[in-house]
Amino acid sequence: MSTTATSPVPGSPREPQQGRPRSEKNHKPTVSAKPVTWKLPVTLLVLAVVAFIFFGLLGPHATAKFGISSGGDFFQLPAIEVPAFLAGIVLSVIMLGLAGYAMFLKTRNIRPPRWLPVLFTVLFVVAFLIWVVGGARTPSISLAGLIAGSVTLAVPIVFGSLSGVLCERSGVVNIAIEGQLLGGAFTAAIVASMTNNPYLGLLAAAVAGALVSMVLAVFSIRYVVNQIIVGVVLNVLISGLTGFLFSTVMQANKEMFNSPGRLPIIEIPVLSSIPVLGPILFKQSVVGYLMYVAVIVVWIGLFKTKWGLRVRSVGEHPQAADTLGIKVNATRFWNVTLGGAVAGIGGSFFTLVAIDSFTKEISGGRGFIALAAMILGRWNPIGAFFAALLFGFADNLQSIVTIIGTPVPSQFMAMLPYLVTVFAVAGLVGRSRPPAASGIPYVKG
Amino acid sequence: MSENNEPRRSAAPDPDRNPDALPPETQPAPAPEAESGAPVKDAALVTSLDTAGGAMRPSAVPVSAQSGSLPGTDDSDSVLRKIFTGNGIVTILAVLLALILGGLLIASTDKVVAATSSYFFARPTDFLAAVWSAATSSYVALFQGSVFNPRGSGVGGQFAPLMETLTIATPLITAGLGVALAFRAGLFNIGAQGQIIMAGILAAWVGFALDLPVGLHLLLVLIAGVIGGAVWGGLVGVLKARTGAHEVIVTIMFNYIALYLVRYLLDTPAFQRPGETTPISPILDPSAVYPQIFGSQYRLHIGFLLAIAATIFVSWLLNRSTIGFEFRAVGANPKAALTAGINVPRATILVMTIAGGLAGLAGVAQVAGTEKVLTDGVAATYGFDAITVALLGRSTPWGTFAAGVLFGAFRAGAVQMQIQTGTPIDIVLVVQSLIVLFIAAPPLVRAIFGLNPRKKKAATAGKSQKAAATGGAA
Repeated sequence: MSTTATSPVPGSPREPQQGRPRSEKNHKPTVSAKPVTWKLPVTLLVLAVVAFIFFGLLGPHATAKFGISSGGDFFQLPAIEVPAFLAGIVLSVIMLGLAGYAMFLKTRNIRPPRWLPVLFTVLFVVAFLIWVVGGARTPSISLAGLIAGSVTLAVPIVFGSLSGVLCERSGVVNIAIEGQLLGGAFTAAIVASMTNNPYLGLLAAAVAGALVSMVLAVFSIRYVVNQIIVGVVLNVLISGLTGFLFSTVMQANKEMFNSPGRLPIIEIPVLSSIPVLGPILFKQSVVGYLMYVAVIVVWIGLFKTKWGLRVRSVGEHPQAADTLGIKVNATRFWNVTLGGAVAGIGGSFFTLVAIDSFTKEISGGRGFIALAAMILGRWNPIGAFFAALLFGFADNLQSIVTIIGTPVPSQFMAMLPYLVTVFAVAGLVGRSRPPAASGIPYVKG
Repeated sequence: MSENNEPRRSAAPDPDRNPDALPPETQPAPAPEAESGAPVKDAALVTSLDTAGGAMRPSAVPVSAQSGSLPGTDDSDSVLRKIFTGNGIVTILAVLLALILGGLLIASTDKVVAATSSYFFARPTDFLAAVWSAATSSYVALFQGSVFNPRGSGVGGQFAPLMETLTIATPLITAGLGVALAFRAGLFNIGAQGQIIMAGILAAWVGFALDLPVGLHLLLVLIAGVIGGAVWGGLVGVLKARTGAHEVIVTIMFNYIALYLVRYLLDTPAFQRPGETTPISPILDPSAVYPQIFGSQYRLHIGFLLAIAATIFVSWLLNRSTIGFEFRAVGANPKAALTAGINVPRATILVMTIAGGLAGLAGVAQVAGTEKVLTDGVAATYGFDAITVALLGRSTPWGTFAAGVLFGAFRAGAVQMQIQTGTPIDIVLVVQSLIVLFIAAPPLVRAIFGLNPRKKKAATAGKSQKAAATGGAA
């Protein structure tokens, strides 16, 4: 009983039942009040066995080749060649080991450390990648291109999930991310076309996203309409509105209204020619750089500043926040508006960076993937960023898989992010808990 | 239920949690735990009735969406005021307002309006006339395409649009019933889209792959489709009941999974039409499709009669059956339902299964009635429209039926409108979503039309907000 420091006040009612003595060896045991469930160990075991059978025993006897450097890089590195069969066996054995470790911890009622599922996921993805490439008709792939493409595809998802984080941390569920992305994309296209200035388009996208969000805020805070209803309906409204204006205004005069220039790719000399990392970090459009800035700023803002503490308190316990003099509904209103602006910038990526024109439904459901990324990232900007990268990776791999020709149908690759999210919300991949007051309107008095 | 805010706030300064913060004189010397604990326990009890002490969220759906009557309007004294502040008038005004805004949107992109606006100050009547004609001509075309076309040949031709409206309304009604039923049990079923697709897959496969006698074949198609939808919906219920996964997220994800599944299947020899490279299935056997009600000149099939039957069934289920009572109890307050001995997880799984089955009926109507073939667009946007249908119908069975027919009319008429006046179909989405937004916020509609009762304004607004807050939490 004296081994851990979970109960600060002796005899407090929250003390967990501690029947068995605990070992206090190398691992810091995070003893939880609730009993540790079998969910995580069992899920990991199942996945590890799947990996062992498919990626290992039934793995392809070929050599997967991963190119690292692209032609113009500062210094060239040789491509990595991996024997697919051996790598599959080794990686899946490590995964089995991790699953066994999780089971061992469970038998001692110790919550597994946070790095365990993350490391497992990374190993699984690597094993999967080697398996896919090794089994392909042309077992060679440019790793640098794969990662750079993943980051590019992840940009709007990252912005969308940041919008979700900002809203939900303050206690408003934001299902309208899709609408905010779409509104941003449309406005960016039309303003950039009319002014011949993509930067003005970027600014207008942020304003448009904020306006969409304001509707959400007004209806859910002022009129206390259910936030999910407003979100769902807003998505339909924006989809209809942009579709209508696209057909009537943009189609009638494409030169005038639907030919936004692209935002230039700004390349930072020397640094951009670092293999793999260079193109990701130092060869981006303004929107791409803004993404990194936004992730860091939102993270610092939410977790290291007074403002962030207030926002989170409003999202966790609005009554307590109100008692301390924080204006709950005003905080929520401005947070939702800010979130919309962030998502709007993400939307501009579609029309100012990816393609230089707007088409109907250009966001293609990425707002919902962003929602999933936010949940998978556990309502944390950094976590959401990496979850979005994972989804971007799956998205990119899907198109590459069809090119290099592998046995995995591309539809299943496309399905993967959604399946992962279902597992995540079902609590099979660690626990995810939303802010306590998320979705609950606050009415004073 | 509406008083739960006060006790919850009084529970906030919890003396148990932090005894040092209290001044010494407020702490009675003997047994401080028991003394200060009593009021807290009381408060916690009241709170827990609504949210299970925070462990469980109350109903996901606002009270206004769960029942026909809206809170906060029952204390109006005069009959006239009741009419003007009641439900019906708000619904009508919301539709009117949405149509006006839609008309303005149409007019704003009209060329004649743009031309006349340049000399607005010289001859404003020209401009206003142009606005009026742009908006009304679109709506007249909409009406002619959905209800009655005076230029049709004979009575049959004139009412052909109405038949088309009912055909399109069929999947909207049944899928809308599925969404509405889940609403009543406090669940947000965004997954009608996926449920329709899964039903379509199974129904279509039975329809074109099996060779069975007339009658039995159609029956099996129907059963297969309903089972497909029910399993897909029930799975969400299981996840919700067993793991607490939020059904909104799960259903959205399930929609995409179903979509990619149908795309994959239409790529395999089992589903793809032989000799075809596009993802399309073989045409269903004649013995596997719904017969047409009024002969082959209209597309209206007996799926519509099944939709009426489904409405009656849901009406009976909700209002007359024990299960339906349990659903409503769970929807109103899961914790109270649990205390009353209702098996909440079972009710959750059951209601999602039935909701999925109803959406599955919509899928069958699509593959066996309207399309007679499976494509990846089998669900069109019916699954998402079903949400707005259920919201407009205030989640009552017959309200959903009426809303389904209205939106069916919008959809059918929009096609005609696009042909006649060039107004894009998307305007229907705008009008539809505006209607639901306005209906969800009655104070806004009343404020716009100046119908808010003046004397009791503050009290009523506060009350209705509070009621909506307690019901609409989650």
